[in-house]
Amino acid sequence: MEIGLEHYLTVAAILFTLGVFGIFLNRKNVIVILMSIELMLLAVNINLVAFSAFLGDLMGQIFALLVLTVAAGEAAIGLAILVAYFRNRGSIAVDDINIMKG
Amino acid sequence: MNLVAAFFYLFAGLTVASAFMVISTRNPVHAVLFLILAFFNSAGLFLLLGAEFIAMVLVIVYVGAVAVLFLFVVMMLDVDFAELKGGFAQYLPLGALIGIILLVELILVLGAWVGGGVKVASIPSAPGPAPGSTLTNTESIGNILYTDYIFYFEMAGLILLIAMVGAIVLTLHQKAGVKRQDVARQVARTRDGSIEVIEVESGKAVFPQSAKEPGP
Repeated sequence: MEIGLEHYLTVAAILFTLGVFGIFLNRKNVIVILMSIELMLLAVNINLVAFSAFLGDLMGQIFALLVLTVAAGEAAIGLAILVAYFRNRGSIAVDDINIMKG
Repeated sequence: MNLVAAFFYLFAGLTVASAFMVISTRNPVHAVLFLILAFFNSAGLFLLLGAEFIAMVLVIVYVGAVAVLFLFVVMMLDVDFAELKGGFAQYLPLGALIGIILLVELILVLGAWVGGGVKVASIPSAPGPAPGSTLTNTESIGNILYTDYIFYFEMAGLILLIAMVGAIVLTLHQKAGVKRQDVARQVARTRDGSIEVIEVESGKAVFPQSAKEPGP
């Protein structure tokens, strides 16, 4: 059985759905929400690289590299905000993050 | 079933299984470790696709930096994670509904694309190496990344710089009462503020001006 583009797209679709599902499932835990976002970005990367490989176009891999960069920056900033928030409030529960609410 | 298919199903199955464990496990440290497993297996998928460079970057950046950062923060923050798990069952129906709707939509799109004969772009904007060439994946990415796409490359560098500065600004906090080096103050010191020349008569002691005169 030959592995085609649709196999990779299916894996990416399942992975993306699991990421969305994870955000709903762990609504109180910011760290797991950040990890779910990483999973969704990974699914996007799989899509980009799969299309790139099967169409013979390297642009997809360049774009995957940029997505990787943004994901790394997002994780660093998100976790920094989390640490600063924990230092102020002593908790990271999503329900408590409402200081900015008017 | 050939070897490529066998490895594809191995990597894909492990990726999906560990992604499921990431969102469902109760211990966040285990979640991070399963995230690392998911990244490793998707690096395997990228290797099967012939994208060696992206696969190696995925291992270095995600496993080496991002996942370790997650692990560090999870272990550093003293949080009662059991308490955060509350409401797991409460959110399950809504999450499952939205997840299933999304999955069905994605599969319908895929089915339409496979069965409907939708044409995808036929003119590559950055053609990969020709079938007979000896150029590796990394070489061909380098050939176009530093020439045609140099602007994107520099933007990525700028984004990383901003992220680094932002993370430092957010987490750096100065404690009061800690003696630390202040270069500006050191440079701004002048001779007048630092030393004092005193004419000393012979046989007399020298006291600092602030000190009290000694008694008889």
